[in-house]
Amino acid sequence: MLEPLLLISLALLAIAVLGCLYRLLKGPSVPDRIAALDTIGVIMVSIIAILCMLLRTSAYFDIILVIGILTFIGTTAFSKYIERGVVLEDGDNRSSR
Amino acid sequence: METIVQVGEGLIGLLVLAGAAIAVLSVFGMIRFQDVYLRAHAATKSATLSVLFVLAAAFLYFALYLDHISVKLLLGIVFVFLTSPVAGHLNGRAAYRSGVPLWKGSVRDDRKRANEKKTVG
Repeated sequence: MLEPLLLISLALLAIAVLGCLYRLLKGPSVPDRIAALDTIGVIMVSIIAILCMLLRTSAYFDIILVIGILTFIGTTAFSKYIERGVVLEDGDNRSSR
Repeated sequence: METIVQVGEGLIGLLVLAGAAIAVLSVFGMIRFQDVYLRAHAATKSATLSVLFVLAAAFLYFALYLDHISVKLLLGIVFVFLTSPVAGHLNGRAAYRSGVPLWKGSVRDDRKRANEKKTVG
C-alpha cells in the first residue's frame, strides 16, 4: 500500500530536480544558479530518505547527513566568492571597501 | 496494534506525498518568478518544508516498522532546518552586493534607502 505512494513521490521529486536543472542552465545571474544547486542538494536529501524507506535499510542515513553538509558548505563558499572575490577573508580588506 | 500501524501508514504516506508536492510547487515558483530575490523566496522556504516532511516520514517509518529510533535522521532534520535559511540569506546578500538588479515591477528597495541615509547622515 505504501510502496506506490513512495514511487509516485520519487517521480515527483525527479520532476522537481529537472526543473531545478532548467534554472541552473538558464539562470540569468550567478546567484540564480547557486540557488538552483542548493535546491537540487536539498531535494537529493529527500530522494535518499525515500530510497531508505523503499529498501528498508538504514545504511544511507550517513549519506543524508553528508549531502546536507556539502550543500550548505558549497552554497556558503559560492556566495562568499561572488560577494567579494575571496572565499576566506582576513578582516583587513573590509575597511578598503 | 493493528490500528496503530494503519494510522501510522496513512500518516507516512500523507507526509511523503505532501513533501514531494511541496518540492514540485517550490520548483515551479523557481521557474516562474522573475527575479533572484523572488526566486529565493520560493526556493528557500518551501524546499526546506518539503525536506522536513520527508525526513519526518522516514523517521516515523523506521520507528514504526523496524523499531529503530534513528538519531542520525533527527540530526539531519535539525541540520537542514538550521542551515537552509542561512544559505538562502547568504545567497540573497551576495546577489544584492554583486549588483543583480531587482525586477522592474518591484515597488521599494529598503536596503538602498538605508544605504543612502547612512551616506547622507
